[in-house]
Amino acid sequence: MAEFSKITIVNKLLRYAPILLLFLSVLNEFDFNYLELKYFSFNFPFILIFYWSLKKVESLGYGLIFIAGLINDVVIGFPMGISSLVYLTICGFAAYFRDITLNPSLLKDWFFFLMTILVVNSMMYSSLVLIFSFNLNYNALIVNLIFTFLLYVVCANIFEVYQKLVFRKS
Amino acid sequence: MDAGSRDDFIIAIRSAFLKKGNKQRFSLIFLIILSLIFLALGRINFKPIDDVKIAIREIVYRSSFFVSIPENYLKKTYQTVQSHFVIYNDYFEIKAEIKKLKAQRNVDQFIVEENKRLKKIIDDYVAESDEVVAKIIIDKNSPFLRSLIVNKGSKNKIKLGMAVLDNNNLIGKVIEVNYLTSRILLLSDLNSKIPVIVEPGNFQSILSGTGKNDGILQYLKEDYLIEENSIIYTSGAGGLFKTGIPIGKIEINELNKEKKVDFFSNFSQLQFVKIKSFNKDMN
Repeated sequence: MAEFSKITIVNKLLRYAPILLLFLSVLNEFDFNYLELKYFSFNFPFILIFYWSLKKVESLGYGLIFIAGLINDVVIGFPMGISSLVYLTICGFAAYFRDITLNPSLLKDWFFFLMTILVVNSMMYSSLVLIFSFNLNYNALIVNLIFTFLLYVVCANIFEVYQKLVFRKS
Repeated sequence: MDAGSRDDFIIAIRSAFLKKGNKQRFSLIFLIILSLIFLALGRINFKPIDDVKIAIREIVYRSSFFVSIPENYLKKTYQTVQSHFVIYNDYFEIKAEIKKLKAQRNVDQFIVEENKRLKKIIDDYVAESDEVVAKIIIDKNSPFLRSLIVNKGSKNKIKLGMAVLDNNNLIGKVIEVNYLTSRILLLSDLNSKIPVIVEPGNFQSILSGTGKNDGILQYLKEDYLIEENSIIYTSGAGGLFKTGIPIGKIEINELNKEKKVDFFSNFSQLQFVKIKSFNKDMN
C-alpha cells in the first residue's frame, strides 16, 4: 500500500514537472549569466510555455502561468503584469497554432515559435520603453531572442523524450 | 482572404483565446485582461495594487533565495575554481601593492583630516548615517536590468535613494523598499544616472550604466583631455551622495578610443553590501 502511494506521488510529481520547472525557472532565472559569457542569454520560460501549451496544454494551467508571470516581474523588477501578459499571449499563439495544424512537425513549431517570440518581445519591450520609460539594451535583447530561438529545438527534443516517458500511458 | 478562410481564422482565434481548455479553470482572455488591469493600476500607483506588490515581493524574494541555493552553490564553486588559477600571480601583485599603500596611508590620513576641517569651513561637510550591512539574497544579473535584492528593508530604516557601498566604493542606490527587503539598482544598469567628477581635471559629468559590466560618461565636452586610469568619484551634485565616493577608473579602448568606466567593485561577486545615507552636518 505504502509502495503504491509512493509510486502515485512520484507519478504526480513527474506529471506536474513542467509547471514545477516553470516556477523554478522564474524564481531562479537559470540563464547561466554567472558564467559572464558576453553574448549568451536565453529565455527558458518562453520555450517551456510554448512547447507545453502546444503539445500538452493540460500540463500547464493558465492560472498558474499567470502567477508565474507575476513572480517573474517581481524577481526581474519589471512592472507587475507584463510577464503574465506575455506568457499568456504565448499560450494563445500556441493554442491557435495547435488548432490550425493538421500535420505537426518540429520545423513548423520552431518557425512559429520564432514568430511568436518576435511578436511578444516587441509587445513587451515597446510597452516597457514607451509606457514605463525603461532604458533597454537592444543588443542584449537580440542576443536573448536568437538564443531562445536556437535553444527551442534542443529543449523541444528533451521535452519530447520526457513526454513519451511520462505521459505515454495516458 | 476569402470568407471561408476568414471564418476558419476567427474560429481558431476564438477557440484559442475564449474557450476554457480541458482542465483549465480560466480562459486565456480573462487572464490577459487581468494582466492588463494589473499593469494599468500599477502604472497609476493604485494603493491596493502597491500593497499586493509589496506582499508578493516579500514572499517571492524569500522563496527565490531558497530556490537559488543550488545554483548559487554552483556559481560559487565555478568562481572559486576560476580564482584558483590566478592566485599565484595575484599574490606577488598584491604584495607589491600593499607595500605602496602602506607608504601612502600616512600621507592620506593627514589629507583626510585637513579636508574635513576645510569642508566644515565652507559648510559642505556631510555626516553619514549609521551604516546598515545587508546580505544579498537575489543577484540575477539579468541582461535587461542590473539590480540586487538585499535582506534589509524599512524595518531596518532603509529609505529610497540611500547609497550602497562595497567596501568604500559606490555600487548603486536603493530604488525599492519593502518591509524586510530592498532592491538596489546597480551603477551598471542602463537606467542608472549618477553625477560624478573625473580626477585629475575635476571634470563634471554624468555616469550612466551600459547594461553590461561597465559605465560611460555622458554630457562631457569632447575637448576635455581625460587620461587612462583617471578616477571617477561622486560629485555630490543633487545632494544624494557626498562628494568623493570612489566609483571606478577610466579605461580607453585602443582601437576606437572609446572611454569606459571600469568599476572598482565586481558586481557579480557581491555577497554583503553597506547601505548608508549622507546628510548635512548641523553641528
